Amino acid sequence: MATLSFMDRYLTPKLAIPKKVEMGAGIVVAGSILALWMLVSYTGYASKDFLPSPTDVWTSFNDKASDGSLRKHIGVSLTEIYLGFFLSSIIAVPIGIFMGGFKIVQSALEPLVNFMRYLPVTSMIPLLILWIGIGLEEKIAVIFLGTFFQQIVMVSDVARGVQADLFNVSYTLGATRGQIVTRVLVPATLSGVMDTLRVTMGWAWTFLVVAELVASNAGLGYMILQSMRGLDPAGIFVGIFVIGFLGLITDLAFKWVKRMILPWENVGK
Amino acid sequence: MAQVHLENVTVRFGSAKSNQITALQNLDLVIPEEQFAVIVGPSGCGKSSALDLVAGLNRATEGRVTLGSTVIEKPGSERGMVPQNYSLFPWLTVQKNVEYGLALKNVPNAERTERASHYVDAVGLTKFRKAYPSQLSGGMKQRVAIARALAVNPEVLLMDEPFGALDSQTRSVMQELLLKIWQQERKTVLFITHDIDEALYLGDVVYVMSARPGRIIDTVHVGIERPRDYSVTTSSEFVDLKKRIMSSLHAEVDKALAMT
Ligand SMILES: Nc1ncnc2c1ncn2[C@@H]1O[C@H](COP(=O)(O)OP(=O)(O)OP(=O)(O)O)[C@@H](O)[C@H]1O
Ligand SMILES: [Mg+2]
Repeated sequence: MATLSFMDRYLTPKLAIPKKVEMGAGIVVAGSILALWMLVSYTGYASKDFLPSPTDVWTSFNDKASDGSLRKHIGVSLTEIYLGFFLSSIIAVPIGIFMGGFKIVQSALEPLVNFMRYLPVTSMIPLLILWIGIGLEEKIAVIFLGTFFQQIVMVSDVARGVQADLFNVSYTLGATRGQIVTRVLVPATLSGVMDTLRVTMGWAWTFLVVAELVASNAGLGYMILQSMRGLDPAGIFVGIFVIGFLGLITDLAFKWVKRMILPWENVGK
Repeated sequence: MAQVHLENVTVRFGSAKSNQITALQNLDLVIPEEQFAVIVGPSGCGKSSALDLVAGLNRATEGRVTLGSTVIEKPGSERGMVPQNYSLFPWLTVQKNVEYGLALKNVPNAERTERASHYVDAVGLTKFRKAYPSQLSGGMKQRVAIARALAVNPEVLLMDEPFGALDSQTRSVMQELLLKIWQQERKTVLFITHDIDEALYLGDVVYVMSARPGRIIDTVHVGIERPRDYSVTTSSEFVDLKKRIMSSLHAEVDKALAMT
């Protein structure tokens, strides 16, 4: 067998690489960044007020964990994001499916939806604060407004992309209009809907943190802001890492749910 | 009782006069019950449009289409279809794809499973009952599509270039399989193809269509004995009919090419 060069083996587009190398590559990149961070912080190259060391961050994390404040902030943020995201999704997904499946719904809603989705939700935060204050309701409103219209557009694109042949063949098998919706349109969009939810969940985190930074009295964004005010960069890092970690878990959960409810997507490939 | 009749149909697409396309012009075609009718014709001549009319997926601009004494106005399960690109439901297993039409009619579970299994077996996919479409080859997908159409027991089977995307070996296997099944349960079949050999091997009658707007320009009765096997494709009768179809098609293909 001819030996493959490094280029052949690793720099051929889409070519599979050994599992070990696959994992190793991720570890190397993450490890290098960590090493660089350790290097500039422990050597004192970067001052403590500017860049905390991993130890500082770990200590700050432990403090916040033991006095219960971290738990409280995480609880507040998660409640806000899941409520806002859930409310938005549960309304936007059906609307999106109907918009993609029925021309009349599309014609009726498209102008409004397209107008709304180009309004940056961040610009509405001051108005929302005036209207409903800085509590849970306002955060839910921000997340809802930020994701709702995007979800509608993305889901309707997915629904519009369903092959017309699937509808036609169902009709010739005796499907009624209602069955076309429940047995073709909905299952055919499921996969794309899951992808849409996963992507918009990422955005929801951003909207949430912005909303908390602008005005709040609890939540991870608030915790970050407080750390800034106290000139405590380690606290800021804790906030950022926790958000990243929660995001990662959410993403894994989405992937897992998708695998569970869409078994046909993981076969034969 | 149930013959298919395209009664002097004209199909036009597009509303504005300037860019109207006449796909079919005064096409008249009778397919007697239990006949295996094949349409061959140059690309874009309106073959699919004719088939869609019978399926009820589009309407004739003029004329009408009847099945027995009923006028066809919309799709129905008495007219099953096997489309060119399989169109299986990717979220359903082979078995569930075949059960699909029965599930739509709320046929009880046990009967559903039994009828579908019968056709899954008939198309030779017993071992792939639980597989998803993404795990199947093109030929296997098309078998599922055939089984799915047959499971609801239609009177008419409409097939739009069902084997067009398959390689030639798979295609001949599929043709034999189709004949075998058709031999067992005689249905009225309207089969569309580009392939003259396929048309003559399968059909009782081969209709040759003109370039757009499509009309029937030749009706070729294939008298070859059934059951047929592949050796008939070299018989002199077969070859003569093939020459006849080729020469009428040749001029039409030239016309079709000139049009584009
Ligand atoms: N929905 C439609 N709107 C506008 N024009 C159409 C439509 N469907 C078909 N046509 C046109 O009608 C003509 C006949 O189309 P049809 O699909 O029936 O041809 P065909 O014989 O099946 O072609 P092929 O061999 O390529 O499958 C073509 O010129 C096509 O462009
Ligand atoms: Mg066609």
